[in-house]
Amino acid sequence: MHLTLEFGGGLELLLENSTKVHKVEVPPKEDGQATVTMRGLLTWVKDSLIKERPEMFVKGDSVRPGVLVLINDCDWELCGGLDAELEEKDVVVFISTLHGG
Amino acid sequence: MDGSAADGARLPPPRAGSRLCVRCGERKAALKRPKTLEQICRECFYIVFEDEIHQTIVENSLFKAGERVAIGASGGKDSTVLAYVLSELNRRHNYGLDLFLLSVDEGITGYRDDSLETVKRNEIQYGLPLKIVSYKDLYGWTMDDIVKAIGLKNNCTFCGVFRRQALDRGAALLKADKIVTGHNADDIAETVLLNILRGDIARLSRCTLITTGEDGPIPRCKPFKYTYEKEILDYFSTECIYSPNAYRGFAREFIKDLERMRPRAILDIIKSGENFRISATTRMPEQGTCGRCGYISSQKLCKACVLLDGLNRGLPKLGIGRTKAGAGADSDGKQRAKRRERNTLSLQGKHGNFDF
Repeated sequence: MHLTLEFGGGLELLLENSTKVHKVEVPPKEDGQATVTMRGLLTWVKDSLIKERPEMFVKGDSVRPGVLVLINDCDWELCGGLDAELEEKDVVVFISTLHGG
Repeated sequence: MDGSAADGARLPPPRAGSRLCVRCGERKAALKRPKTLEQICRECFYIVFEDEIHQTIVENSLFKAGERVAIGASGGKDSTVLAYVLSELNRRHNYGLDLFLLSVDEGITGYRDDSLETVKRNEIQYGLPLKIVSYKDLYGWTMDDIVKAIGLKNNCTFCGVFRRQALDRGAALLKADKIVTGHNADDIAETVLLNILRGDIARLSRCTLITTGEDGPIPRCKPFKYTYEKEILDYFSTECIYSPNAYRGFAREFIKDLERMRPRAILDIIKSGENFRISATTRMPEQGTCGRCGYISSQKLCKACVLLDGLNRGLPKLGIGRTKAGAGADSDGKQRAKRRERNTLSLQGKHGNFDF
């Protein structure tokens, strides 16, 4: 599944070359269905994109509190949070608030 | 105590933006307001966000027409949004304010380049004049000079103490009547918690005030006192250009955890701080002013003047933490008192940034 991921507010520093925008191909879940949920995406990002200090990005099975997540410019809480199902060409934005004002 | 369970009957998670905005009933909801849990669209969000800040300004009589107001501008998201919203509201509601951006340059090679670029961009975008005051202007020393004199060990003490006063000194230099800063509801809730944890009753009673220093020459106020950091970021997320800064600490993380469980928690902590009543028998530290520069200080000279004294006399370690007390001449009691004083000073040095 093609997705565009954007990282900001300092989260880009956890990625290779501090790149903010990543156009990625995320494999769907292995149990048959061709869907990617936010839960699956977080695991994939943590394993495949994050190069250092993953604890700045995830806590437990979700993002760390204080990280703003937008799916196509909509707060992910309104899309189902971890259970939100992503669609082809969705844009997912992660912005950390845990930095200076 | 799961916040989502408290919502009661919940529809199955909808696909992005499939519910309508509760305010206009026309567009799809894109955000959930932490204060009210209302689901609203971006257009309505911008309107209520700006309106709430206008209400805060009016209800608390933050400004008087004709005032010259310095907007403390760090180049971060809070002060960038503050500069934009204030200049908009000033126009829209005819506050009659003479607004300008005030930035501090510590004089660290490379460090402020990005954020000073951001404030220069704000100057052009929002049509607000920008004044940059440097540590060199204010104190006669850049941080680079100070590091040359003292090394890399205690330099943060200087930078922190100097920064705390820099906005006030800069605003005085530029004849401002008032300073506004971008401190938000999360910042204030964090400060309430830290002051409770430290038992700092004097700061606890001050830290929730929307305007401080009203008896001093230049009062400071916080129009974002009730504005959630999350919403500042929502407001800002379209052009996210600030440079990241040091991560804050456990109290901040704790507040974000609380917010996730129950978003109102942030406002409730502020409310607790506001309603704290201090026993009449508690002795409060006296707040005086510095004998040299007139800045608020509980000692004869303020910390910045003590540090400057040391720098200018070639004894840069003066006023820093662990100088040995005078050789044995003091009685035990006096020594203990001095030790206590020193401890307080170093605490202020480390955590002073929270007390605005």
